[in-house]
Amino acid sequence: MLSLRGLSTRFGNNWVHKGVDLDIPPGEVVSLVGGSGSGKTTLLRQMVGLLTPTEGEVRVFDEPLFAGSREAQRQRRRRFAMCFQGGALFSAFTVYENIAFPLREAGIATEAEIRELVALKLSMVELLPSHAALMPAELSGGMIKRVALARALALEPELLLLDEPTAGLDPTRSASFVALIRDLQQQLGLTVVLVTHDLDTLAALSSKVAVLAERRILAFDSLEAVMQVDHPFIQEFFLSERSSRALARAQGA
Amino acid sequence: MADAIRTPELHLREGCLSPTGDWTLLALAPHANRLRSALATASATRWDLSALTRLDSFGALLLWRAWGGRLPADMVLPDGFATQFERFVAMDEAPVPHPPRFVFTDLLAGVGGAVLGLFAHLGDFLALIGRLALDCLHLLGQPRNWPLKEFSANLYKVGVKAMPVSALVGFLIGVVLSYLSALQLKAFGADIFIVNILGLGIIRELGPVLVSVLVAGRSGSAMTAQLGVMRVTEEVDALTVMGISKYVRLVLPKVMALSVAMPLLVLWTSAVALIGGMMSAELQLGLSYGYFIETLPKVVPAANLFIALGKGAVFGVLIALVACHFGLRVKPNTESLSANTTASVVTSITLVILVDAVFAIATRSIGVPL
Ligand SMILES: Nc1ncnc2c1ncn2[C@@H]1O[C@H](COP(=O)(O)OP(=O)(O)OP(=O)(O)O)[C@@H](O)[C@H]1O
Ligand SMILES: [Mg+2]
Repeated sequence: MLSLRGLSTRFGNNWVHKGVDLDIPPGEVVSLVGGSGSGKTTLLRQMVGLLTPTEGEVRVFDEPLFAGSREAQRQRRRRFAMCFQGGALFSAFTVYENIAFPLREAGIATEAEIRELVALKLSMVELLPSHAALMPAELSGGMIKRVALARALALEPELLLLDEPTAGLDPTRSASFVALIRDLQQQLGLTVVLVTHDLDTLAALSSKVAVLAERRILAFDSLEAVMQVDHPFIQEFFLSERSSRALARAQGA
Repeated sequence: MADAIRTPELHLREGCLSPTGDWTLLALAPHANRLRSALATASATRWDLSALTRLDSFGALLLWRAWGGRLPADMVLPDGFATQFERFVAMDEAPVPHPPRFVFTDLLAGVGGAVLGLFAHLGDFLALIGRLALDCLHLLGQPRNWPLKEFSANLYKVGVKAMPVSALVGFLIGVVLSYLSALQLKAFGADIFIVNILGLGIIRELGPVLVSVLVAGRSGSAMTAQLGVMRVTEEVDALTVMGISKYVRLVLPKVMALSVAMPLLVLWTSAVALIGGMMSAELQLGLSYGYFIETLPKVVPAANLFIALGKGAVFGVLIALVACHFGLRVKPNTESLSANTTASVVTSITLVILVDAVFAIATRSIGVPL
């Protein structure tokens, strides 16, 4: 579905990644974890082609990201969507126009259908229809996150990349986000890559966990297996007292 | 996705409609219109969704609309797809509000809003000047807090970096003006008056206005955009929270820099324009450089130079204040940023020309040999 081969990234003299290999099979929900500044956002940006890696290759849907004609690339792009860490909503558009925008660009649905689809996406992320008329500057941080998710879902992507989707959401909303992603994943076989520091979300949602540290993927396996890996970062991340409590809570739920 | 797309179809068998294949946005794209009309004309009462391979919310919406917004009584619905329709049921009854239609009263309200907006602008502009003046008074007691670094950075940006372009424009204008005047003067045999025309025209009028237009387009827009982006990214708010006055840190250095840089730029540009004119006059009329330089101070009283420098300073302050005024009004969205940047440039150029007219009237008896 999505694979990174020998990917390295350099900013100036600073190597952020060195030889990252990752193969994400279809239908998995993969949590990418790592310390702050370890290059998770950078990795996501490379997966969608916003950044070209210094070395290595990104393959999506079994093809190189930039293979084929312009039209083929456009079609491929339409099959994945990304939610940015800061939302990246179009600030001159209302919430409604933000979500309708990719649908209008695709030119498949009629205006009346778009209205209902937008209403549906809004209710999926638990926003009210009356929020549709607001401008992004009038939203709270968590609402921005949810509108960004609704916009990412608008084109029914097969691959969804989420950068800290639950940061800034209250626990109830985080839980419904988890439920929503899990639903979509089961119904549409969605593949999801999410960056998160939220252990509750991670434990509840991910079928696999990828740990990014020391500039490479240290471990990529199920949560239980990853937790067995003997590495200071992993031990610290999953087995500290705080983490254990969160994970126990998630397992109990 | 490993498995290929299965074409979405709609089959009618013995009064039972069954959609088959992938009913997803991607798969439906080439077939949407055909299936939409097929759904619209189909008049079955029984539905069978068990042959569907995939269904996303767009596919579900097409079916939902064909059903008239409720589940048909007689249907086979596999569990996996049921949740798609539950979402429609759970969806808020209240529809997404339509954007309000434009009616005649909106036009009236628009005109009224524009007039009131003008007053709001005037009020805000006065308030900006007032706040700046108060902050300056406050600063008098604290020489340490004068934003001197920002002042010097701004001076470099708006002054030094503008020198090449203003020289180029000034030189060309000087050449063109001299050439055109020379053609006329030759016809009257009044060649030597070229010095009067160029000297007075460029030093007193053209230099300051030309530089103002250049600086408004170059630095005024940059100032508005910079403050605007700082508004969008909440940097201005961060400053306020730190207890640092945005007027002292952001507005004052810009005003100071332009009030110093503009007279200097006027001097520089006028000089280059005169050199251009002088070269053209030599080529066209055979007027020697020596004669031109010797005659210039005799026919253009020094008062003109001071008027030009004064104009430069006033225009500079105006451009900076207008730029900051519009920059601080930017609302946190890109549309407002572009609108305010445009408004800033247009307003400052208009204001400069208005004030220039006032100057012309106020100084009509100074420095003009009668
Ligand atoms: N455009 C850039 N130019 C230079 N360095 C960059 C750039 N983008 C990111 N970096 C550096 O790359 C490293 C990784 O950044 P990245 O944003 O990917 O971190 P992250 O893992 O997403 O962190 P967080 O969890 O805090 O969001 C950081 O050290 C950052 O300074
Ligand atoms: Mg990040």
